[in-house]
Amino acid sequence: MSNTFKAKIWKLNDDIDTDIVLPTEYLALKSVEDMKPYAFSPLRPELAGKIQPGDMIVAGKNFGCGSSREQAPEVVKALGISCVVAESFARIFFRNAINNGLLLIECPALHDAVSEGDVAEVTPGEKIVVNGQTFEIASLPENLMDILNAGGLVKAMRKRNGLD
Amino acid sequence: MKHTLVEKIFARNVGHEVKPGDIITVNVDWCMVDDIMAKFCIHKFEEMGFTKVFDPDKICLIYDHFVPATQTDDTIAFHAGDAFAEKYGLTHVHRTDGICHQLMTEAGYVKPGDIAFGTDSHTVTYGCVGAFSTGIGYTEMASILGTGQVWVRVPESIKVVVDGVLPENVTSKDVILRIIGDLTASGATYQSIEFTGTTIDAMSVASRMTMSNMAVECGAKNGIFIPDEKTCEYCGIPYDDSIKELRPDEGATYSRVLHYQAEELVPVMACPSLVDNIHPVSEIKGVKVDEVFLGSCTNGRLEDLHMVANMLKGKKKAPFVQFIVTPASREVYKAAMDDGTMEILSNAGAIITTPGCGLCCGRAGGVLTDGEVVISTSNRNFLGRMGTSKVQIYLASPIMAAKAVIAGEITDEEV
Repeated sequence: MSNTFKAKIWKLNDDIDTDIVLPTEYLALKSVEDMKPYAFSPLRPELAGKIQPGDMIVAGKNFGCGSSREQAPEVVKALGISCVVAESFARIFFRNAINNGLLLIECPALHDAVSEGDVAEVTPGEKIVVNGQTFEIASLPENLMDILNAGGLVKAMRKRNGLD
Repeated sequence: MKHTLVEKIFARNVGHEVKPGDIITVNVDWCMVDDIMAKFCIHKFEEMGFTKVFDPDKICLIYDHFVPATQTDDTIAFHAGDAFAEKYGLTHVHRTDGICHQLMTEAGYVKPGDIAFGTDSHTVTYGCVGAFSTGIGYTEMASILGTGQVWVRVPESIKVVVDGVLPENVTSKDVILRIIGDLTASGATYQSIEFTGTTIDAMSVASRMTMSNMAVECGAKNGIFIPDEKTCEYCGIPYDDSIKELRPDEGATYSRVLHYQAEELVPVMACPSLVDNIHPVSEIKGVKVDEVFLGSCTNGRLEDLHMVANMLKGKKKAPFVQFIVTPASREVYKAAMDDGTMEILSNAGAIITTPGCGLCCGRAGGVLTDGEVVISTSNRNFLGRMGTSKVQIYLASPIMAAKAVIAGEITDEEV
């Protein structure tokens, strides 16, 4: 992937758990669209209303820790977030995000180097450029790139089952 | 090459030696789908175009978070689940029997050496019987329901050794909270935690369950115990050579080794609002308590209810404290009825609810409001987990919870 894109940064700190990304009381709403207004509400109730499609999240350590609720990456993707860059990710969130085609990037140095509202230029698998600084980023393992490139796990399975 | 326990389980499953970092495809022995995720999982399964499940006898569908339903659309999950079970011939459906993680071993499904996946992060619990188990999302579960397989990165292992005899009033909950405090909420991310030592050997399977259950709170992929005679008795299987093989090799490689001497451990709590914000109870006493919750897949078992009943016998709760007891399963509920535990708890002023997840995930009676304090025996004190984001949640052992029930405040002293 060498599709460079620009994105406005929303900044969050360490240990953003999935109860913050989407509280349990909204998990049974009928659709992910219905859940969107409540994303991040325990921490920043105003945030979901401000995020514009194409924006990105830059977080600290252990983003997505806690429950296995896949509504968390789904709602982040539904808000139009182009990618989440964190110092590190919790493993269930990591798998869920890839399976839903949400781009995650590990970049430990970025969090301290940016402020909310900064605009970054992201080239997946290569680099992030922001405030005149360049941060190198790694590509994901091949088996995960296969799922991402298929457009997520549902599409990969549909292909396996001869539907697409 | 010398191997850790989890490496041996994976090697047995795939039929060749594995090492940390390998990406392998495993055959799944057990799948667990809970009510919250059922509707979404089923939708994905059908969207993927599967026409049958890989094995209807290896899939457990368990309703627990929404039992009984508290919001108007909750029961949609049950109808979706029931229709799926009927259509694909699922043989293991639990509608009101208790928490999924309690039932997966209590009802005789997961055994030592098995590989299990579930749609809930506390699926790590089954490490208590020497199985590899971990949580995944509903899309990934949908693909397993169709194929019976999933990819896994073989994890590095952290060895946690606990030796000696735990002091009075110190439980396996205090041990795992201490470990989480030391490892931090992300300190074991992507890794397996192997628990060993003489303190562990002396623990009941129920106490071990409390620890494997919380392994995910420091980011671990799984937390696992070496199966022993107690494990086999609990699972109703013989302690034979196939089980005895399930132990790490001497000289296996660990990314990190933590050693604890049990005699040095003290009662602790996870303070608001992070699971790794661990403090000795002696340093936080005096905090006034509005509610105490005894339950969850962490500490809702018979031995937990016994610990509390032993302390409450002949005593009353503090007048202003709401004391909620939610047994982890119907089996636990019945046993506590039969042996008089429920009577003691009720006489002390407990509100005893039906088995299930209850207040742990904020989906049942007992939710709190700004500024209120709850002492909970569960596993998460995240913002907003049990009510508003300004509720103060302290995670504690059943013994420390019982002291708070009586004193109406946090204390480690005689009550």
